[in-house]
Amino acid sequence: MYNAADLKKGLKIQFDGEPYIIIDFQFSKPGKGQSLYRCKLKNMINDTIVDRTYRSGDTFEPANLEERKMQYLYNQEDEFFFMDLDNYEQSMLTGEQIGEAKNYLTDNREVNILFFGKRPIGITLPNFVDMTVTRADPWVKGDSATGDSKPVTVETGYSLRVPPFIEEGTKITIDTRTGQYVSRVKE
Amino acid sequence: MLAGLKNSHPGAGLPRLVAKESNLRLRATIIQALRRFFIERGYLEIETPNLIPSPAPESHIDAVGTAGGFLHTSPELCMKRLLSAGYSRIFQICKCFRGGERGKHHLPEFTLLEWYRSGSNYMDLMEDCEDMIRFVARELGCGDSIEYTGRTIDLRGPWNRITVKEAFMMYSPISLEEALESDRFDEIMVLEVEPRLSLSMPTFLYDYPASLAALARLKQGNPFLAERFELYMGGLELANAFSELTDVDEQGRRFRREEEKRMRMGKTAYPFPGRFMEDLGKMPEAAGIAFGVDRLVMLFADKDTIDDVVSFTPEEL
Repeated sequence: MYNAADLKKGLKIQFDGEPYIIIDFQFSKPGKGQSLYRCKLKNMINDTIVDRTYRSGDTFEPANLEERKMQYLYNQEDEFFFMDLDNYEQSMLTGEQIGEAKNYLTDNREVNILFFGKRPIGITLPNFVDMTVTRADPWVKGDSATGDSKPVTVETGYSLRVPPFIEEGTKITIDTRTGQYVSRVKE
Repeated sequence: MLAGLKNSHPGAGLPRLVAKESNLRLRATIIQALRRFFIERGYLEIETPNLIPSPAPESHIDAVGTAGGFLHTSPELCMKRLLSAGYSRIFQICKCFRGGERGKHHLPEFTLLEWYRSGSNYMDLMEDCEDMIRFVARELGCGDSIEYTGRTIDLRGPWNRITVKEAFMMYSPISLEEALESDRFDEIMVLEVEPRLSLSMPTFLYDYPASLAALARLKQGNPFLAERFELYMGGLELANAFSELTDVDEQGRRFRREEEKRMRMGKTAYPFPGRFMEDLGKMPEAAGIAFGVDRLVMLFADKDTIDDVVSFTPEEL
């Protein structure tokens, strides 16, 4: 259990059966009066934001969250399937829950899946992933409009800009936080 | 290199200290002006111990315990013992400590100015507040107004005076009585009343419910009210003042009531302040006030966080 003095930005608690993360926090107290803890909380399942004011004496249940290392298997339309590497259990996340991460989901990719109790609610990718270029147009030298980069597509269909020397079939490293090219993978 | 420093960059905190220099200079000037104000009016500057055996029992103020007792949450009890001994006009500027208080306007260690005058009541202290803040403004060359968070605060008097009951009638969704019954007074004060108090002129909020004043005298002719006020300026709670309670039996009952509330909340018990109670019987009619110096500096420095007006916050140590 947490108490009011534990409240701070980033703390994850649960109420009404759902997990919330504190995204904004303000302590107020009239000199002679009670401490008030004003929180803005984001629902970690549906991203809705609520305001709550707590007082000293209030207690909070820590959100029952667990991250598990899982392997990406395949997707069926909007459903993405993952397998726990320890016990081979499978879990599914929707396209909405996956978001941008689907740009980097190649077969057997290891990722972290966030669980609330038994329910998978989110995905965390490694900061850097290696992917193969499946389509690259030849670079037209002197094309000043595109500067010194050109567009390519990787195996998930994701497009990004890379230096001119990258060709079809080349493996490249991408930063999943920015979606940008980092380097060519040395084979 | 010291073991504890190995994870931080050498000198990483220095730019922040350099950036604070003008605020810290202003702070020094304000504190010097405050001293001059009281000395010119015949007040004696007093120092009382920060380490005390028994803090005043108040349900929502938590003293920090340490070897040999507690760090004081205010110098109030010692200052009043001096009043009892015949010191008639005294002031103190000191560090006070309150556990668990940390926010944009709160530090667990902060600077309080307290002054006490015998033969006076809380209305006299309202005059003092007006005179003192205008004195500081003049000393700083600010004139009749200051700019705070994009608004002008007019310092010319008389300042707004409204009773707690009026404030609740104007700004609260429920009445003062309902708020007290449902234990929501503080919540409504912070969320509904304080944000609606005038930002263009300082405001005295006065005549608090008797149940919310552990050390204040009840109002003549109305035992449900205490002669207590709070001063607000630019949205900041600056000061809390009373006509002091001098009735020993009544003070004993209030302390026991507060102590019981503390026990119910599972808070640390304090030893009963026996010496203070012995001297209280000799205390003349008097008024006293606790005034937040850090917040006054915030106002004149036009800063909306207390972190900007102190050299170090606890997190920076």
